[in-house]
Amino acid sequence: MTTTDPKNPSTGARADLRPEHIRDAVIRLAGNSQDGIQSAGALLARLAGRSAQDVMTYMTIPSTISGGPSLFQVRVGTGEVFSPGDEADFLVAFYQHSYEDNIGFLREGGVLLYDSDNVQPDKDDKRFVYVGIPITGLTVEALGGTAKDKGKNIFILGLIAKIFDLDVVKLERLLREKFGGKNESILNTALMAFQAGYAYPVGNVLTTRYKFDPSQDTGVQVTMEGNQALAYGLIAGGVRYGAAYPITPWTTVMEILRAELPKYGGLFVQCEDEIGAVSMALGFSYSGHLAVTGSSGPGISLKTEAIGWATMAEMPLIIVNVQRGGPSTGLPTNVEQSDLYQAIFGGHGDSPRVVLAPSTVEDCFYIAIEAARIAKKYSTPVFILSDASLATRIQAFDEPDLKSVMREFHPDLTPRPVGFQPYPLDAITQHAPPGTRMLGGVYPTVTGLEHDEMGHPTGSPRLHTAMTAKRRSKLQQLAAEIPAPEVFGGPEGDALIVGWGSTYGPIHEAVKIARQQGESLSALHLRHLNPLPNGLEKIFAKFERIIIPEMNDQGVYGYGQLATILRARYCDPKIRSLNKTNGLTFNVKEILEGVLK
Amino acid sequence: MSATTPTAGPSPEKLTKKELTADHPTWCPGCGDFAVLASFYKMLERRQLPHESIVTLAGIGCSSRFPYFVNSHGGHFIHGRAVPLASGVSLSRPDLHVFVFSGDGDAFSIGGNHLEHGARKNINLTCVIMDNSVYGLTKKQTSPTSPIGFKSKTDPGGAVDQPVNPIKKLVSAGATFVARSHASQVNHMIAMMERALDHQGFSVVEILSECVEFFPGAFDSGNPRKGGEFPLIEEKKGDGSPGDDARHDTADEVAAYRLADLPAPGRFGVFYESGRPTKNALESQWIASTRAKLGGAGAHEVLQKTFDRMK
Repeated sequence: MTTTDPKNPSTGARADLRPEHIRDAVIRLAGNSQDGIQSAGALLARLAGRSAQDVMTYMTIPSTISGGPSLFQVRVGTGEVFSPGDEADFLVAFYQHSYEDNIGFLREGGVLLYDSDNVQPDKDDKRFVYVGIPITGLTVEALGGTAKDKGKNIFILGLIAKIFDLDVVKLERLLREKFGGKNESILNTALMAFQAGYAYPVGNVLTTRYKFDPSQDTGVQVTMEGNQALAYGLIAGGVRYGAAYPITPWTTVMEILRAELPKYGGLFVQCEDEIGAVSMALGFSYSGHLAVTGSSGPGISLKTEAIGWATMAEMPLIIVNVQRGGPSTGLPTNVEQSDLYQAIFGGHGDSPRVVLAPSTVEDCFYIAIEAARIAKKYSTPVFILSDASLATRIQAFDEPDLKSVMREFHPDLTPRPVGFQPYPLDAITQHAPPGTRMLGGVYPTVTGLEHDEMGHPTGSPRLHTAMTAKRRSKLQQLAAEIPAPEVFGGPEGDALIVGWGSTYGPIHEAVKIARQQGESLSALHLRHLNPLPNGLEKIFAKFERIIIPEMNDQGVYGYGQLATILRARYCDPKIRSLNKTNGLTFNVKEILEGVLK
Repeated sequence: MSATTPTAGPSPEKLTKKELTADHPTWCPGCGDFAVLASFYKMLERRQLPHESIVTLAGIGCSSRFPYFVNSHGGHFIHGRAVPLASGVSLSRPDLHVFVFSGDGDAFSIGGNHLEHGARKNINLTCVIMDNSVYGLTKKQTSPTSPIGFKSKTDPGGAVDQPVNPIKKLVSAGATFVARSHASQVNHMIAMMERALDHQGFSVVEILSECVEFFPGAFDSGNPRKGGEFPLIEEKKGDGSPGDDARHDTADEVAAYRLADLPAPGRFGVFYESGRPTKNALESQWIASTRAKLGGAGAHEVLQKTFDRMK
């Protein structure tokens, strides 16, 4: 928690909720998976987004169907919030195990708000402020006892609203939006629980009321999860068809697309398996639409043969991989960045693929649009590598200017002239979808066999060389049009941290902190991983060390997946790895320690 | 399917075998598939579909080379997965006529699951399966329809696994048109393909098509020219005519099973037919009703509304 008023520290004489101005707070809710802490946390995040605050969340859910510990962390700040925070300022513990498992994340001087009906904290530990409230009992009381303790999450939301002096009118409106669609009694129960929490005389046990500084930013923000941003980005990019099979943490993207695409005249199909799904998506592509399939690591493995066909047949296709811990079933609800090799190299034969990775929830939206553009322009499969932490992270970001970013693609059925070639050697393939009249009377076949310019199978040595080069050279053409990413920090110095994917947040926060401490640290974030943008070597040359933090293993030779690729590409011994494989995101401290040691 | 669906304009030329012929088939001389191809040309000549609306798709195998030999829009996909590929085409382009060509290995072994789910979803397309009861392209291994005792390079002592019964598999999966023919019977093949084309839904014609190289004589029992017989299914007319009771009711699933269980050569003709709604129709209705609720809003308006709710 960052205080902006040094004359008004949080410790002091008892008073009724003395206001303290803060810029930033990390609130961690810890309970069980059925307690609804995700929805309480999400409401907080939505409120922050509507109040033009920056917000970022982090959650874990057990991979079991019901039960098991679950947590939701919300960081709300005035100004830019890069990461969900290493430590909590405020821990809400529903159960004894929630307290025991999470007290280590509470910063010294932080507030433990606990359900005194279920939790007995060790109050001898003087590092924390203890606020015990019989949350279960009060919730049951407020709701008349029939709802049992369901509603504790909303009771706590009321408490938090009081403590942080949140905009109650806006929060109640959010509750109405969330629960209003269901029957009246559910909404009334939620409002009762909220009001009971808000009315609780928390001033008897906590002396400070926190007040966020008003945001400078007056722009309109939208608040959503990474998977939502990805799904809507695909729609904005012109994707109207898709097919997939459910797998965590990809599933919510397909759920959204299944429900949303019909609104745009499109269709998303749940298939019998991963292979059927990629095949159907390719059927949509072949028909002249822009299509998507997606999955998480193991499912992508199943799709691999068909993706090889997409490369050979030169078919546009977007493949989303919301990465989780692997290999195999691995850690289904944890995060890892260990599918980069799979995305770039995971095909049989020489099969160059475009690979992109979003850095933030906001970037999930824009990277999907970029993927759509590239898939169409270069008629090629394009991977989007998201991950489990981005999938469920809630962030508020500036509302996109939809008018300027949205694209529409329709099958181009313009009759093709005499001599039309589906696979010209001197141009990028643009297929004539079925339904197109061929004025020369010769109809094209798309194929996974090596072929000549017309799509006829051939074993010609000359043609295999030429066609292999054709499929590779379009990625080289793409590389030339990708702008080199901007360096965050300074253009030269001791170390440059090069990141990809969801490590963007902690890396940038680490650089910000290190530079405030006088360290000569900068960061560069890659959204295009294959092909890489041209000109990185000129940026690297200005730094003593290049450090690549990745949530994957250091491998047999001591380097993570991106680090290995960069070392192979630039032959630069300055490139070093910082790896993490515990299924959790990097925190800022780990990056600072890893880079500055 | 609605907003994004164009319609192909009519093609001016009359469609004859000449326009429909592409590469010369790479099949071995005497292969049953030649007759299937010839029947397909004839069926198309008869029906005069717009040339550009014909789509031929296939997986891997001898029979799956089909799309190269037909001058139409077409695709040669990966092994066993042509049905979902074709489903994507069918579901997103109602203006097209989608044909899948497959073999016993492609359809019943590696692609078995896709065939079942294409049938269950009742995707509007026609699937022609050339069954030769052997893997020919890879030179004589056991196929899922090889009879017990068939000697192959993977079963030198004779096949031991019970073969798939294609008709039973298809009927139980939910295919809404299931017919069986023999590559020696061109007129019958044309008739079956034509009925499959007219059928709204997942229509399959299984054609016994001899591999002269690796399983010669496999279907002689169904070929009158080789001393066999070609017993046809007599379909119920429903006109109360004498003997109609004994005829086959193509809407009767159990009767289809009984016919499918008869020993070689079995029966030829239509085993099963159902008017169950297609996925194409059901999804189109859903899309239309969803669009109607939006009052014709454009893509930008629809997405803007969604974003407004997330502010």
